[in-house]
Amino acid sequence: MTRKQLKQIIAFNFFRLVSLMVVCILFIILGFIMLKGIKVINWEFLTAMPKDGMTGGGIFPAIVGTLCLIAGSMIFAFPIGVMSAIYMNEYLKESFLKKFIRTMTNNLAGIPSIVFGLFGMALFVNTLKFGDSIIAGSLTLGLMVLPVIIRTTEEALKSVDDSLRIGSYALGATRLQTISKVVIPVAMPNILTGLILSIGRVSGETAPILFTVAAYFLPKLPSGIFDQVMALPYHLYVLTTSGTNMEQARPMAYGTAFVLIMIVLILNLLANLIRRIAGKKTKMN
Amino acid sequence: MPDYKVEVKNLDLFYGDFQALKKINFTAEPNTVTAFIGPSGCGKSTLLRMFNRMNDLIDGVHFTGEVYIDGNDIFAKNIDVDNLRKTVGMVFQKPNPFPKSIFENVAYGLRVNGVSDKHFIEKKVIDSIKKAALWDEVKDKLKKSAMELSGGQQQRLCIARALAVEPALILMDEPASALDPISTGKIEDLIFELKNQYSIIIVTHNMQQAGRVSDYTAFFYMGELVEWNKTKTIFTSPDDIRTQNYITGRFG
Repeated sequence: MTRKQLKQIIAFNFFRLVSLMVVCILFIILGFIMLKGIKVINWEFLTAMPKDGMTGGGIFPAIVGTLCLIAGSMIFAFPIGVMSAIYMNEYLKESFLKKFIRTMTNNLAGIPSIVFGLFGMALFVNTLKFGDSIIAGSLTLGLMVLPVIIRTTEEALKSVDDSLRIGSYALGATRLQTISKVVIPVAMPNILTGLILSIGRVSGETAPILFTVAAYFLPKLPSGIFDQVMALPYHLYVLTTSGTNMEQARPMAYGTAFVLIMIVLILNLLANLIRRIAGKKTKMN
Repeated sequence: MPDYKVEVKNLDLFYGDFQALKKINFTAEPNTVTAFIGPSGCGKSTLLRMFNRMNDLIDGVHFTGEVYIDGNDIFAKNIDVDNLRKTVGMVFQKPNPFPKSIFENVAYGLRVNGVSDKHFIEKKVIDSIKKAALWDEVKDKLKKSAMELSGGQQQRLCIARALAVEPALILMDEPASALDPISTGKIEDLIFELKNQYSIIIVTHNMQQAGRVSDYTAFFYMGELVEWNKTKTIFTSPDDIRTQNYITGRFG
């Protein structure tokens, strides 16, 4: 074996080690949460209200709250994000305006989430007088993930081969018909990837909901969009830092973390499945 | 009826500062096949794309001159470009079927042009696939994805797709250049068949192909339409030395 080959073997084995380490870290986190959390997981934990100063009972309102916030923020952010991405990629020619919008979108993505929280409180909670509510929280979370949706949708649209657009125009289709009947169906699997990513972010973020929706302790389900809710990430924070009996609440915290991870995981799998089905229908060669 | 299917008057076209077409004057008669030949970058595809205004989609293109199809000025203010593109079908160099079923590919042009009568669409789709000489190969799998077809079949599907909207003129931009010799032969036979009902303008790099399928041949060089005439004349006794050099393979 020559020196050159030896160097190469050492280098790539080192890279392999490093990438395996990354996977290991993920498994360690998952395993740790699972081991600590699975003990408290039972039917009551998933479906009951918290009780005994949050050291017993369940986390049902927090699960419902998080699902509400996911749905609310997506209803708001997904259409707006997709529509502006369509406008930018399919309609707007390279120009100052396009560069400006893109730079601003990227800047929006760089704003720390706690700042979104503060802004959401100022605008939705106070100025628009929504109060601490699902709608204020959803809008704040929606604003936060808009850049993610816009960026991934734009990438998805860009990956659609131009020959398909041209072929559609050549048959007398309008630009809108071309977008809705050819471009979007082809881009859909990748657009859904953006949706998955943003759901992951929305369900995990604590800062944007801190001042806009999250309740410390609210053992009932919301009855409308102007109600406050508990949410899993905030509940986790509360259990760990500011409960009445933190030592006793610790297992509940791990259980909450476990449920949060599972919700994200299940949604990811579900979206992947949809993506695969949508992808099969419009498979390119 | 006007005498000419296509008529081009004094057309100059620029990409930014670069003049891609110089004082083009050209006519094509109905039910004929005209071949555009010439070395790469000579402007033949650019001229082809004028006829269905595909150049509109390219930034920085501007031109002077007039283009008439069936006697109508296609750059007149009241012309609906989408409607023009329905009247002037186009087949591209690389087959570009939509990632939809074979049936939906052909039905697409009808649907986007507002046809919703199911029976009419079905009849038209079958009819067009037959005309494109593809029926025997796909009749049992119309619901299958067009992506499963071979390159040659995809190209004939694209021709069927263009035929379905009943174009008056069909433009073909090197339709066989990405295909194997057998598929190419099928496309050429098809062009010969279609001539009875349609006017066709085909851009090709393949001299033999131009000789085989076309009635008229136009030779382009550096943005100029050097000459155009009956194909036989161009290939046996061209007027211009540049044409002669090109077809005998001395350049290009």
